[in-house]
Amino acid sequence: MEGVMRSDAKICGESGTESSPRGLGCSLRHFACEQNLLSRPDGSASFLQGVAEKSREWLIRNTCEAVVLGTLHPRTSITVVLQVISDAGSLLACCLNAACMALVDAGVPMRALFCGVTCALDSDGTLMLDPTAKQEKEARAVLTFALDSVERKLLMSTTKGLYSDAELQQCLAAAQAASQHVFRFYRESLQRRYSKS
Amino acid sequence: MEGTVRGLGCSRRARGLNCGTFGVLQEIFGSISTADGSALVKLGNTTVICGIKAEFAAPPTDAPDKGYVVPNVDLPPLCSSRFRSGPPGEEAQVASQFIADVIENSQIIQKEDLCISPGKLAWVLYCDLICLDYDGNILDACTFALLAALKNVQLPEVTISEETALAEVNLKKKSFLNIRTHPVATSFAVFDDTLLIVDPTGEEEHLATGTLTVVMDEEGKLCCLHKPGGSGLTGAKLQDCMSRAVTRHKEVKKLMDEVVKSMKPK
Repeated sequence: MEGVMRSDAKICGESGTESSPRGLGCSLRHFACEQNLLSRPDGSASFLQGVAEKSREWLIRNTCEAVVLGTLHPRTSITVVLQVISDAGSLLACCLNAACMALVDAGVPMRALFCGVTCALDSDGTLMLDPTAKQEKEARAVLTFALDSVERKLLMSTTKGLYSDAELQQCLAAAQAASQHVFRFYRESLQRRYSKS
Repeated sequence: MEGTVRGLGCSRRARGLNCGTFGVLQEIFGSISTADGSALVKLGNTTVICGIKAEFAAPPTDAPDKGYVVPNVDLPPLCSSRFRSGPPGEEAQVASQFIADVIENSQIIQKEDLCISPGKLAWVLYCDLICLDYDGNILDACTFALLAALKNVQLPEVTISEETALAEVNLKKKSFLNIRTHPVATSFAVFDDTLLIVDPTGEEEHLATGTLTVVMDEEGKLCCLHKPGGSGLTGAKLQDCMSRAVTRHKEVKKLMDEVVKSMKPK
């Protein structure tokens, strides 16, 4: 796959899309996305949402591997490079969203899109979606899920802290509901981008 | 210290489509005499040995009343042909991080119990888990081995003498660690969203489209739900896994209690 050098692909050139601030029924923070902002790679995206640890890389890699149709491109290596610009909580979920958008931008064939959602449970058992860094630190448990776009199945999960089985189901249901907003945002963002050209 | 062997008698791999059988689980306590605590766990063919050494260290400046627990999982070339010698590979690092998360999340030991003198001296427990035979399901085996070894650890009494301000270790007086919870890991191999096999062998893991590991403690609370990618799971399938994990926890806890009881009168 050859990289195409686009002369108009500057960071300020392509205007990104932004989602509305926390609307009714959705407690995700404001998010914005810009695509094709780097000229050299085949595809790129920056995802702004409300470690270079091996473990996180392993999680993101396995999630991408589950959705990318690798059999269509044998003897090909797809490298996904994620650079954290700022971390204000829910970092892994943001990385997953960025990875998905970048794969779409690169035109890699996938069987589904995926999105990351983080839930935090505080000591009372109250559920918070998309927690800030402060909320994450004070929470009793933080659960991050990756859900696919076709049937909202659970692709990846990683959790921190102690929680009960019922709380897990509650968080999963809330994450599935929230993922609809993220997928709608993906769709709008892509529509906006391709309606110009 | 002699070791004691007990086993859970369910035959591994009489495979039908209802793949709910676990491998034979054997534990041997106290196999390493030079370590402060050790355990060898055989889960079917997969063999993991855990050795714990306790050393002194200065407690962290931001938490002066806490000690350290440092786990490390080693997957050497002798356990399987897929590993090469050299720096730890990705799988070993992920396993080490997993064990560190389980220790942190489950609060298996309260780090405050490891403090000897706040701000000056604390215990650091180096937990080394080495796989001797890799036949799948390494995370379950490592968690069992760690739990068994921690139950086996005996720390000597340490007093800070007034005059010299040095630590005096009394090797004759040893006490066991206060183990607060007993996290037990149950792993599943997922095949195309339909079939779930519990306690997968190496071959099954290799062919699976995804894996899931659930770590549960005795109250039914989950310490970790580790699903690193792979094919998707519905909420209902997840619920099945939880109930399987609960039964597994009961079996393992029973086995461990038997072994500990048989070792107590010295």
